[in-house]
Amino acid sequence: MSWADTLAQGLLLGGLYALFAAGLSLVFGIMRLVNLAHGDLIVLGAYLILGIGSALGISPFLAASIALPVMFALGWVLQMALLNRVLGEDILPPLLVTFGLSVVIQNGLLSAFTADSRKLPIGPVEAHSLPLGPVTVGVMPLITFGSAIAVILILNWLFYRTALGRAFRATSDDAVTAQLMGIRPKQIFGMATGIALVVATIAALYLGARANFDPSIGPARLLYAFEAVIIGGLGSLWGTLAGGLVIGVAQTFGAALNPEWQILAGHIAFVAVLLVRPRGLFPRAQD
Amino acid sequence: MAILSLQGVSKSFGALKVTDDVSFSLEPGEALGIIGPNGAGKSTLFNLITGNLRPDAGLVRLDGRDVTGETPMQRCASGIGRSFQIPQPFDHLSVYENLLVAARFGGAMTAAEAPAACMDVLARTGLAHLADRKAGGLPLLNRKRLELARAMATKPRVILLDEIAGGLTDAECGELVATIRAIHSEGTAIIWIEHVLHALTSVVTRLMVLNFGKMLMIGAPEEVMAAREVREIYLGLDA
Repeated sequence: MSWADTLAQGLLLGGLYALFAAGLSLVFGIMRLVNLAHGDLIVLGAYLILGIGSALGISPFLAASIALPVMFALGWVLQMALLNRVLGEDILPPLLVTFGLSVVIQNGLLSAFTADSRKLPIGPVEAHSLPLGPVTVGVMPLITFGSAIAVILILNWLFYRTALGRAFRATSDDAVTAQLMGIRPKQIFGMATGIALVVATIAALYLGARANFDPSIGPARLLYAFEAVIIGGLGSLWGTLAGGLVIGVAQTFGAALNPEWQILAGHIAFVAVLLVRPRGLFPRAQD
Repeated sequence: MAILSLQGVSKSFGALKVTDDVSFSLEPGEALGIIGPNGAGKSTLFNLITGNLRPDAGLVRLDGRDVTGETPMQRCASGIGRSFQIPQPFDHLSVYENLLVAARFGGAMTAAEAPAACMDVLARTGLAHLADRKAGGLPLLNRKRLELARAMATKPRVILLDEIAGGLTDAECGELVATIRAIHSEGTAIIWIEHVLHALTSVVTRLMVLNFGKMLMIGAPEEVMAAREVREIYLGLDA
């Protein structure tokens, strides 16, 4: 495999990591909540798609379109019933609660689906590839990457062009003053977590289509997502995409040198970026 | 009927009584000034009116309806607007977006009517040329104007102004007072906490003096300012 191929594979893999990270970035940006269960919620989304697909005998893509509103509702309920109660000045309670949630989801999935690894049956499209100039890329990684760009574009539009997005930003700036403007922060947070889980479900589709998953892989996805968000700079969605790409490229180059170095190379790239740019590549102008 | 009334409202922070049995009512379209030394409980009184604080005792009524248990969002929707002593704009939003948020959520305007209403408020507060600037970078006068503009965009029937003239030059203060007078002349009721007395007394028709959380006096500005106890406590004159 040529270096150009490796780079292309890395960039496309980075699209998947950006999808892992976008929901995390959104929730952190709006309510300063670090959701330690984000990776497990992605895995939960993958099992939901698998379950809907096999129960109704439909393709994972159709199943995902049913899973999206379900996961939105789950996010809303999760925020309104649980996370809103622990948000406050102290950042420890939300960390503990989402950590607990992570354990609950992992063990719940374990008893429901066993520890066997599963994969979403996406059919022949999995093997298709396209020649793209000097490199050849798989159709699924390309769709994944395109989806990541589309998700970031839509989230940016939502954030900067709609009334809901302005309410997100206003609440993020100052939740107390936002209330005096008639905004209900708890409902705004509910919408945000709902949207974050919609993005997580899109990520779950491509995660499950790309590789095997089992109930225990959530925390590792959370770690990649975290690194992507931090590399990109907190609060910037395009930065999160860039962060995903950095980790994806580092991992594929690491793997090309020695298959055992894949994961390590991603983490080294993370540390290297932080050494040079402690606030990430695209930090918000004023914070 | 009074648009806003407080009845026996008290609030303590620990052993400190910051609001002590305050009762008054505000008629529709009236302008009431509040003065008092630092720490007299003026801003706390605003927090009790907006619902950011719940009183330990007493009632807050809007149009005769008890709203003591209502949240700040509900009271904003019922027509209470507020500007803060220390301006608190949404720093990462543009000036125009700050108003849009207030108009769409607090003023319950539709997406179609909000832009025109916001541009109108921007023009009246002298901010039109700064519409697309990030609120975070504005200097003090424009931050104060934005506080006022944002409160106006929620379409309030009572607007609470907290030391909006403080820290401004005479000329800047004059502009702001003209804007406030214009808002008042359109029928919006005003409660205004201010240390800059000549600005205050050029607008308000009644004046309240707070000291240690207690309402010391309320009445016509000239009567209040002439009262001996007010001069002693507020202006710090000996005997």
